[in-house]
Amino acid sequence: MDPLAADGGRPPRRVRVDLAGRAVRRASYSRQELEEQTQVGEVLIRGLVRAQLALALSLAGVVVLLLGSLPIAFALFPALGDVYVLGLRLPWLLLGVLAYPLLYVVGRLHVRQAERIEDDFSKAVGPTQDPITDMSRT
Amino acid sequence: MSGSPYALPAIVVVTVVTIGIGAYGLRFSRTTSDFLVASRSVSPGWNASAISGEYLSAASFLGVAGLVMKYGADVLWYPVGFAAGYLALLLFVAAPLRRSGAFTLPDFAEARLGSRALRRWSVFFVVVIGWLYLLPQLQGAGLTLRTLTGAPYWVGAVVVGVVVTVNVANGGMRSITFVQAFQYWLKLTAIAVPAFFLLIVWQSGGFADLSGAQAPAFDEQTEVRVDTAVTVVVQEPSTPSVDGSADGAELDGPVRWAAGEHQIEAGTVLVFPEGAAVPHVSGLPALSGQTWAAPLGSGGGNPDHPLFATYSLILATFLGTMGLPHVLVRFYTNPDGRAARRTTLIVLALLGVFYLFPTLYGALGRLYTPQLLITGQTDAVVLLLPGAALGGLLGQLLGALVAAGAFAAFLSTASGLLVSVSGVLSTDVLGRGTVRDFRRAATVAGLVPLVIAAQIDRLDVSQVVGLAFAVAASTFCPLLVLGIWWRRLTDIGALSGVLAGGALSLSAVLVTVFGGALDGWPGVLLAQPAAWTVPVAFAVMVVVSRATASRLPPDIGRTMLILHAPESLGLGRGTPS
Repeated sequence: MDPLAADGGRPPRRVRVDLAGRAVRRASYSRQELEEQTQVGEVLIRGLVRAQLALALSLAGVVVLLLGSLPIAFALFPALGDVYVLGLRLPWLLLGVLAYPLLYVVGRLHVRQAERIEDDFSKAVGPTQDPITDMSRT
Repeated sequence: MSGSPYALPAIVVVTVVTIGIGAYGLRFSRTTSDFLVASRSVSPGWNASAISGEYLSAASFLGVAGLVMKYGADVLWYPVGFAAGYLALLLFVAAPLRRSGAFTLPDFAEARLGSRALRRWSVFFVVVIGWLYLLPQLQGAGLTLRTLTGAPYWVGAVVVGVVVTVNVANGGMRSITFVQAFQYWLKLTAIAVPAFFLLIVWQSGGFADLSGAQAPAFDEQTEVRVDTAVTVVVQEPSTPSVDGSADGAELDGPVRWAAGEHQIEAGTVLVFPEGAAVPHVSGLPALSGQTWAAPLGSGGGNPDHPLFATYSLILATFLGTMGLPHVLVRFYTNPDGRAARRTTLIVLALLGVFYLFPTLYGALGRLYTPQLLITGQTDAVVLLLPGAALGGLLGQLLGALVAAGAFAAFLSTASGLLVSVSGVLSTDVLGRGTVRDFRRAATVAGLVPLVIAAQIDRLDVSQVVGLAFAVAASTFCPLLVLGIWWRRLTDIGALSGVLAGGALSLSAVLVTVFGGALDGWPGVLLAQPAAWTVPVAFAVMVVVSRATASRLPPDIGRTMLILHAPESLGLGRGTPS
């Protein structure tokens, strides 16, 4: 029977030539899905984007909460402006000094977590320069 | 009042070294690719120094201290926002933008949405923001040279404009990377070393209180030379000695001034007795130390609605950085997305260290150089403070050091802006991106703001920079953030949002800069437009994209893969199947 006729004109199913162990097979499968934008590939890339966005938004939220609440806090409780800490008025200590280490720490957390998310994604997708992977694409 | 006799030689040395390093880098510039993106062979440490060197402009080096001196606690948000902008850039843009392979904002717009119209409008806004940001650099140079040497205002603007234009046209970006990295460390040294001595002086005076009930007063008999005609408000009657022309009369000797406005002509020399309250330039309220030190006391020049002005400023600076053209070009010199992130993190550290210092200058300026409040040109406080507070040879040498740092700031930021504006002009407007096109574009891009800057010397350095941030936050920020994270963005949606945000924020800028000052809500809405123009830009982009959902790019899945997957996987980057 002609496979094309039975499938309504769609190309024949791919036949995998199994040259290696199970791990490589699974990995290269994901890679191929991604390259071809099939549904599995879509799910993988959407998951990556969602994880990175959630990370970025939550860290931005921390900064908005810690820094963004300051003007409102100073407006509601003007007495905060008269509090001295370490010889400096609180607003000057917070905005003039402490804001900068805060920004750096949040940035550092982001770099570490974002790279972790990428590493997990890479593991799910598989090794890069594997000749077997390349063969599976042909 | 003038600066140190060593300032001019120091400025000359910085300028010559800048040109020298540029020429050294030129020997490595061979191909167009070398020229424009330094062949992507720049390490994160160098790159981060270069980004910071390029970013710390006249507004950071002179303007922040000037604003702090004038307005106090509320303007601390300027430096915080200038640094936090890099955190927003790191969180939402750095790695995906690098992975997009886009060299400029128009490249990104076209690669993501495939629209020529969007590309053209992006070019327009890159040039507008670039020029808007170049103006205060040139003006800062004019102000610096006038303060230090008494040269006419246009001399400094022309010197910086010409040096930068020639250097960029000849060296391209490779040499700029060396120059910029050098400039960061020079600027940090120039602001940190004198700050150390200033602290000692302040300490030896028992940490004199800056937040008392009084407005600033002269702590010793002080001579003030007025360079441009000014109207001042005298708070309490005083008897300065006036040599020159004031209130329409030629004077030479002590004058009894009643409280109220007094007109002083250019070239007049005033001598105030010890203990006299400092008159303030008309329009600048005389703040008591208490009001100055308290949050929401001045609203950073918007006293009617300080809370709104503060949040609007926060929004503009946090979100505007990612849309500054000279910032984004730098990211292309990272080898990959991860390096882009690590570079940005180092930038955050470098900026955080630098921004500890301008605040100190602004605060101590109220003690040691209060006469700047008479003319309102507090942008000069960083230049004059070391000489005024320390005096003697040490004060003069440190004064020369800060002058050198200020010139480094103008040269580096102006170079970076010029590279990016020339980049888009040479590829999109004046040619097809050859080295010759780039040189031609650099000449045009440098001359236009030079001509404008030579005409106007009354704009406030930090205010114009703040407005450039507002325009960037209202145009490129939504384009980048939605373009990177939202797959349903369409070309028409993006274009509508950029045009809406751009038209609104740019109108606000033009009214603020060229129109008269407005009071109440209209004034603050136009002077700090970001709080409404940024949400409008985002909303228009989302709503119009939803309405034109049929125009979604068909290969959006592949685009998202390229933007977000690590390059090492090589996904989506092969030849299209």
